[in-house]
Amino acid sequence: MPELILTPHLQDPDGVFEALMNAHRDLPPEASRRLDAKLVLLLANHIGDAEVVKQAITLASAPA
Amino acid sequence: MPYQPPRYPHHPPTDHGARHPVIIVGGGMVGLATALDLAQRNIPVVLLDDDDTVSIGSRAICHAKRSLEYLSRLGLGDALLAKGVTWNTGRVFAGENQVFAFDLQQEPGHEFPAFINLQQYHLEELLVQACQSAGVDLRWKHRVTNATPDGTLTIETPHGPTTLHADWLLAADGARSEIRRSLNLPFVGKVFQDRFLIADVTMQAPFPAERWFWFDPPFHPGGSVLLHRQADNVWRIDFQLGWNADPEEEKRPENVRPRVQAMLGPNTEFELEWVSVYTFRCRRLENFRHNRILFLGDAAHQVSPFGARGGNGGLQDADNLAWKLAAHLHGNAPESLLDTYDAERIPAADENILNSTRSTDFITPKNEAAHAYRAAILELAANHPFARPLVNSGRLSRPATYQNSPLNTPDDTPWHAGPPPGTPAPDAPTDEGWLLRRLPPTFCALSFGPAPALGLPTLTLPPEGPAATRYGAREGDLYFLRPDHHIAARWHRPTPAQVAAAHRRALCQS
Repeated sequence: MPELILTPHLQDPDGVFEALMNAHRDLPPEASRRLDAKLVLLLANHIGDAEVVKQAITLASAPA
Repeated sequence: MPYQPPRYPHHPPTDHGARHPVIIVGGGMVGLATALDLAQRNIPVVLLDDDDTVSIGSRAICHAKRSLEYLSRLGLGDALLAKGVTWNTGRVFAGENQVFAFDLQQEPGHEFPAFINLQQYHLEELLVQACQSAGVDLRWKHRVTNATPDGTLTIETPHGPTTLHADWLLAADGARSEIRRSLNLPFVGKVFQDRFLIADVTMQAPFPAERWFWFDPPFHPGGSVLLHRQADNVWRIDFQLGWNADPEEEKRPENVRPRVQAMLGPNTEFELEWVSVYTFRCRRLENFRHNRILFLGDAAHQVSPFGARGGNGGLQDADNLAWKLAAHLHGNAPESLLDTYDAERIPAADENILNSTRSTDFITPKNEAAHAYRAAILELAANHPFARPLVNSGRLSRPATYQNSPLNTPDDTPWHAGPPPGTPAPDAPTDEGWLLRRLPPTFCALSFGPAPALGLPTLTLPPEGPAATRYGAREGDLYFLRPDHHIAARWHRPTPAQVAAAHRRALCQS
């Protein structure tokens, strides 16, 4: 079964973080929330494997 | 002219305290279909209904392909095709724009479409006529006020009270089942905190025969709306009202008319035929069989209407139960065959509940996150096909596959195509008509190329052609079908002994 990747895998993490912040800048809370939802859906579709997405949901939902 | 419901004659009871082999309580579409199916299998049936007519309002309107195939087996196929409105296409709108359209017609080469729309009262009228012809003892204005676990019924009629005893009692008495209440059976699940106005509207309108679903349309901001065409120029319109709506106020014609007029535009004339306000629930009984009392349809399980899984699920209950009870009463199967009604129909009910719960959750977002995700999905879906499968305006009824049924004989060799055991037999065109029409309502075999002598009704089809393709079959392949036309077993070149063993297994004889 494919496993959610939890080791560093993202190219240009600072650039990705900056792009996220730029996208949210000046957005009211509702639009900001919708933007995040669209991002999650786009990325989930790109991943494709429902089990991997559910592993990410579980991990994100767990208390810190 | 609005629909004039028939009034059926009711008579004073004459057999006080009598015992009957089968009593069905509830003359809705599920009770009537069960009665007809049993009567056609030569089982005497008494059916009690608390009213003397068919359903009030259109109620279940979307009859799925599998229901049509079942009703066709009962003899109503031509009448339904002639009277109903055939549709295969659905459209989803958000705001002012169409998001996408979908086609439910899976492939050519099936007699029945994905759906026809027909008011429940029309279907019930056809079923009542067929029940009368088949000799069902229909007793109108017989209201059951109590049932005991051993099948004793206390009944009120306009002519005074009476009592009957049932060897087998079939409760098809709806979501408010009096039999369920009498037996104190818990009926638990989920209530959706939302209200929906359901209106039947008679009009001449330019909308095509399609399912149209709007999220947040300009004529009903903030809510959803669903439109279906039915027979006789009657249209079903559902308006989502929200949890705070006052059902009594919303039902008043002076409050309904402006909602409909806003949708249709100022120049469309229409008449209201029926209006109701609903709160939807998804729930079921823990078991559908309680010794010799069996629950069917809404009495056993209730779903929200998005997906047309209530009526269609109920008809699948009837199809599943009737042949089993008939086989037992004819002495061909032990009582344990009736346990497989639970084993097959409870997973089917759970599938319907799961799907209709998910649809209702999408249509009724519960918090900010749910609103944000739904808005995101609808925005993305307009331009990107990937997001369209996420839009959930109802997952329309599909026939249950009894893949884990104890009645199935598992494949003994690998099959690379065709429907596995538990699947409803697919239709296909053949040289002498539709495949399903050529199958008897009994255990039977479907042989591709010559079959060995099996002592069973056997339909022999050529090992090439549309049917062979659909069944993934080559010369010598054989499918063994149950009376409800679910596949019980299949083989490459079976021996008669293998088929006989599968037959015994499908009757719980081994």
